[in-house]
Amino acid sequence: MASKGIKDRVAIVGMGCTKFGEHWDKGAEDLLVEAAYEAYNSAGIAPDDVDAYWLGTMGSGVSGLTLSEPLKIQYKPVTRVENMCATGSESLRQACYAVASGAFDIAMAIGVEKLKDSGFSGLVMSNPPNDGTPACMTPPALFSLLAPAYFKKYGLDPEKGKDVLTRIAWKNHRNGARNPKAQFQKEVPMEAIRNSPKIADPLGIMDCSGVSDGSAAAIVVRAEDAHKYCKNPIYIKALSFVAGPAEGPLSPEYDFTTFPEVVASARDAYAQAGVTNPREQISLAEVHDCFTPTELVLYEDLGFSKRGGAWQDVMEGFFDLEGKLPVNPDGGLKSFGHPIGASGLRMMYEMWLQMRGEAGPRQLKNPRMGLTHNLGGQPGRCVSFVSVVGNQVG
Amino acid sequence: MAGIVSYGSYIPYRRLKRAAIAAVLGVPATRGERAVASFDEDSVSMAVEALRDALKTAPGAEVRSLTFGTTTAPYLEKLNAAIVGAAAQLPAEIRAIDSTGSIRAGLSAMLQAAESAAAGGGHAAVALADCRLGAPEGKLEQSGGDGAAAFIFGRDNAIAEIEASASLTREYLDSWRTPGERFAHSWEERFALTQAYGPFFRKIIKEVLEKAKVAPGELAKIVLDAPNQRAAEEALRELKFDPARVADSLALTVGQTGAAHAALMLTAVLPSAKPGDRILVATVGDGADAMVLKVAPANANFRPVRSVGRMVESKGDVTYANYLKWREILPTEPPRRPDPDRPAAPPMMRAEKWKFGLIGSKCRACGTAQLPPQRVCVKCRAFDKMDPYPFADRHGRIATYAIDRLAYSLNPPTINAVVDYEGGGRFLCEMTDCEPDKVAIGDEVEMTFRRLFTADGVHNYFWKARPRR
Repeated sequence: MASKGIKDRVAIVGMGCTKFGEHWDKGAEDLLVEAAYEAYNSAGIAPDDVDAYWLGTMGSGVSGLTLSEPLKIQYKPVTRVENMCATGSESLRQACYAVASGAFDIAMAIGVEKLKDSGFSGLVMSNPPNDGTPACMTPPALFSLLAPAYFKKYGLDPEKGKDVLTRIAWKNHRNGARNPKAQFQKEVPMEAIRNSPKIADPLGIMDCSGVSDGSAAAIVVRAEDAHKYCKNPIYIKALSFVAGPAEGPLSPEYDFTTFPEVVASARDAYAQAGVTNPREQISLAEVHDCFTPTELVLYEDLGFSKRGGAWQDVMEGFFDLEGKLPVNPDGGLKSFGHPIGASGLRMMYEMWLQMRGEAGPRQLKNPRMGLTHNLGGQPGRCVSFVSVVGNQVG
Repeated sequence: MAGIVSYGSYIPYRRLKRAAIAAVLGVPATRGERAVASFDEDSVSMAVEALRDALKTAPGAEVRSLTFGTTTAPYLEKLNAAIVGAAAQLPAEIRAIDSTGSIRAGLSAMLQAAESAAAGGGHAAVALADCRLGAPEGKLEQSGGDGAAAFIFGRDNAIAEIEASASLTREYLDSWRTPGERFAHSWEERFALTQAYGPFFRKIIKEVLEKAKVAPGELAKIVLDAPNQRAAEEALRELKFDPARVADSLALTVGQTGAAHAALMLTAVLPSAKPGDRILVATVGDGADAMVLKVAPANANFRPVRSVGRMVESKGDVTYANYLKWREILPTEPPRRPDPDRPAAPPMMRAEKWKFGLIGSKCRACGTAQLPPQRVCVKCRAFDKMDPYPFADRHGRIATYAIDRLAYSLNPPTINAVVDYEGGGRFLCEMTDCEPDKVAIGDEVEMTFRRLFTADGVHNYFWKARPRR
């Protein structure tokens, strides 16, 4: 039933990632060119060496022309993909499968989003013409639904719950302060997070990821060819992607303390990678911390914490940079903002740096297996991506 | 002659204290408070509230016509009554009319409906609502009110029979408003008082009492409604009616609710009326209408879904500043968010039962209720084994909620709740008529038909949840 997977059959041999932030002086095409050339150079290849491209963007362009035009790609396949906030991860998944199939030798996955040109605050999505009945909720409000439900289920009073959420944001900003590519590179005191203006109670503005522009890219080849391009590639152990039946808004059985889609994709990914105890076996994880309660619930859905136990792990520093399982060591969406098409590949970029010992002041000791997690949608109605990567075969 | 077989009424939750207006504008305050339609209500949505209640207490009625009476129709072109009928789940095979132009439009519509029912036209429904808007510093801003009342007329099983009616139409200039104008103009008050309201009341009351063969002293209740409270008071004094028998004008608690007001006053007196009681109802405006009702024995067993008294008590304040924003009298800085898209006509027509009637579906295979209506069951995944299943009258409890301070609203923050219904089904929708600090998991809610927003001139009506009233 579960996907068979392509464990150790594909490797990433080069990556690029722009600085994330308010790039008033750059358009989506500039960001794409920068990330692509950094990836070409990282893998030591020329643009013409790449056989096929997968471009992830939610709203910064349509069709492969969005990429082929600025890069002057010479009559090659460029596929534009979209899977909501998991768009960047989806482009990587498609590129990996294409290479694993033998159809192409070298593929590039690249994601971009130019959010700061809209003039609006927060993310803006346009819907197809409809009957006017779908709820018009903003993303922070949709994800804030998790907080009262989780607090009530596990007996956290609102003050204690707020402490937990605050500490997640504090940790991610602390990590981001050590990352030159992050949008926000400053530690933020807990009090400033806790007292930030309310956006969707109990979430303040500091419980939300920022809005930024950015792009990231990966060069993907068959694992047996990886050493032709670099000494220390990272290997794809698992790629899982699921779209849920959107039961949450329909069924009273869903209790807003979990993402069933994440549970399913994690189970699938762990089976592909042979992971049996993620809390022990995973060295680091980049997860979709769009809002602080999301990260809290993800710890449990990804099997890092037991049900109802994530908040204690948070308070004990289990997921800190110095903890047993550092989560979002690069600073996460919290420090990078969320240029939608780029985020999944930005997460992978941290795997690339950490596994190769290139993460500078936030370098972890000897990481072997990492996880990225990307989701799109809302609690009870979402798509979820989980990858497992490692720096060794087997 | 036919009679009233059922009725309902509606007073919105919000109240504006007249002293609060005076405090801001520096004008003299009158006593009491007025009812204010919330930012998501209008005459159509309030008419739906009243009509839904009236239909609940007339289970056997076969409604053949619907008249929506108002001076504040949300659409100038497009049948407002069609929206009211769709939301109240009346059958498509009805005659539907918008009755407007004067505050007298309400009582005129009632008399028309009664005559149609008497003529064998089946049951006739009348839904009256108004959202009285006066310019700041003017009298109407304070004296006006928002509210609705609805009646079902029929030949049999009436709780009150119409014994006689009289109408008078005169052309004169009292109160007027041309297309594009928000506030009505009015002529000097003395003119209407002395030349119109006073003489019209005298003439119409005399005529209707003669027709009914009822002496003034035999009236158990007198419902006199006028655009100007003084006009009604002067007429009552002049006609020497016993003040104890005069119905509450609701001036201190609700305000004059335009075309709905005579009807709303009547729904307030009917519950305590005894069989055989005679009630005079009269209203003036571009002439006058009047009727004499004889309360029937069936009234003793009739209980409205919600009494006027209960709705007068169920209330929460609105500040004058918010009132000005809700009515878009005070322009505000637009949000840095895109305007909502206007709803599209084809999907709205496809989803008419869902959007206007809140009809979901229930799986024949496993019995699971679900909304919006599904083709594939969320529980057992049976395909196309769904029956329509109504949710509008179901109560639910809040499973979790969100307080959205980013979403654009005329009344921020927007509160959204995940509602789990008694009998199954879950829906994520907006909450209304509630305070953000009072929402809690487990709270009981009921559904209410509202205007979510207006985009490109299209009013987007749909359902919200509110704390049980």
